[in-house]
Amino acid sequence: MSLADAVIPGRPVAVAPGVHWVGALDPEMRQFDIILRTANGTSYNAYAVRGHNGVAVIDTVKEDFAGDFFARLWACCKPEEIRAIVLNHLEPDHSGALPELLAAAPQAPLYISRPALGMLKGLLKDGLDPERIVAVTDDTRVELGGRSLRFLPTPYLHWPDTQCTWVEEDGLLFSGDVFGCHFCDARLFNDRAGDFRFSFDYYYQHIMRPFREFVLQALALIEPLPIRLIAPAHGPVLRDHPQTYVRRYRQLAEPLLANEAAGRDKTLLVFYISAYGNTARMAQAVRDGAEGVEGVRVSLYDLVGGEPGPFADLIEEADGLLFGSPTINGDAVKPVWDLLSSLTLVKVKGKLGGAFGSYGWSGEAVGLIEDRLRGLKLRVPRSGVKVKLIPTAEELAECAGFGRDLAEQLVGRAGPRHIDFTAPQALSA
Amino acid sequence: MPKAQVTFEDIEVTVTVPAGTRLIEVSEKVGAGITYGCREGECGTCMMKIVGGSENLANPSVLEDKVLKENFAGIGNRLACQAQVLGGHVVVRPG
Repeated sequence: MSLADAVIPGRPVAVAPGVHWVGALDPEMRQFDIILRTANGTSYNAYAVRGHNGVAVIDTVKEDFAGDFFARLWACCKPEEIRAIVLNHLEPDHSGALPELLAAAPQAPLYISRPALGMLKGLLKDGLDPERIVAVTDDTRVELGGRSLRFLPTPYLHWPDTQCTWVEEDGLLFSGDVFGCHFCDARLFNDRAGDFRFSFDYYYQHIMRPFREFVLQALALIEPLPIRLIAPAHGPVLRDHPQTYVRRYRQLAEPLLANEAAGRDKTLLVFYISAYGNTARMAQAVRDGAEGVEGVRVSLYDLVGGEPGPFADLIEEADGLLFGSPTINGDAVKPVWDLLSSLTLVKVKGKLGGAFGSYGWSGEAVGLIEDRLRGLKLRVPRSGVKVKLIPTAEELAECAGFGRDLAEQLVGRAGPRHIDFTAPQALSA
Repeated sequence: MPKAQVTFEDIEVTVTVPAGTRLIEVSEKVGAGITYGCREGECGTCMMKIVGGSENLANPSVLEDKVLKENFAGIGNRLACQAQVLGGHVVVRPG
């Protein structure tokens, strides 16, 4: 333990007058939620906020760390002083000590967001009196005496239930996972801890980025606030220039280079990979067909020459995505799957999708890609084009028609279609 | 054969199907944006919005009702894996 350490076993840490950090440090953690790595462990931040009339506990910790949490909490308040328990987010790393806390302070209502109600049932099963739960609204205030809590709805940052808690009198934002990061440092405060900037950005990119539009909605609520301190649920407490971290979220949520065509044209990206040039020729024909539709900016990319990361950046901004792949051993080829499996980090729901490809025997790649696109919640309005080996002029014209149709779909000029599934020929539609 | 029509608003496709068809049986064939999880009425992934003609769908089962409530469904939401079109014309979209 160094002299600079703010965190001492069994003791709460004052983060503002009457406000204590009562969380836990987990320095050995290296992998979080399977998808995240951390070189520095993490912290589970919970807070006790005292007013003249009692204490509010904001968030708890992972179950394994409940001992640390309660040691700190009972060092700064008595159970009967607790007037409110707030969970900004119900994921188990924040709700692990909740059952014990509810039992220790039976007088305290639990304040959660409305979407958290169903999750709470899943976490506590039948162990909670419904009378104790308050699903907060914009008008909900928790008066602690001299300071009060109100709640900002920040859904999908990064679960449907997530919210922030705001103490107006002191300018304190208890932000849950927003503005958090996996960086364990006993010095606790951003002006004392080691350099955690990469952890902050990494956390955003892996946790918040898929919900970018919700980040922008949340920033619209948060940016006007006169914030003096941000108390996130992971990582350093941001007491020095907290607005810097709000601004960083704004930067991260907006593209570095503006898409010149955005607002004027719809963007359609055609990705392909080709073993003998057949799928490449189909891709060019698809591109040519799509380019003939006014109001669509078409771009063609050979997957061999790129990496999933930058392609995912392009995809995040695009309106439509087409994938061309040969079928090899009954499957689309690995670079296609590498890109498609990278798309969980960006929002693709509702974009237009499609697939095409040349094959030798059976041509499963197109259908498999379409299934994946639907799984990612893209619209796949047209069955893809499959060509056996070398495309003929007619088949290339079919590819061009496919590209044109999808481009027309993008600009809303495709027009309605009708399919009669009661007609015998529709069985093969 | 009694028939019904379903319009998938997001892709502007209307299908004519035999009365009694569940929407899951046709929505993927035409490329509508409704996505499926368990396909058995338990996960709520395929929740969709009925834009018109809800009276032409069979009433939700006890199971579907329960899952809709658990997923904070609004008025007009149904599960595409469960909803069965009985006749007339139904208009749906994802969501």
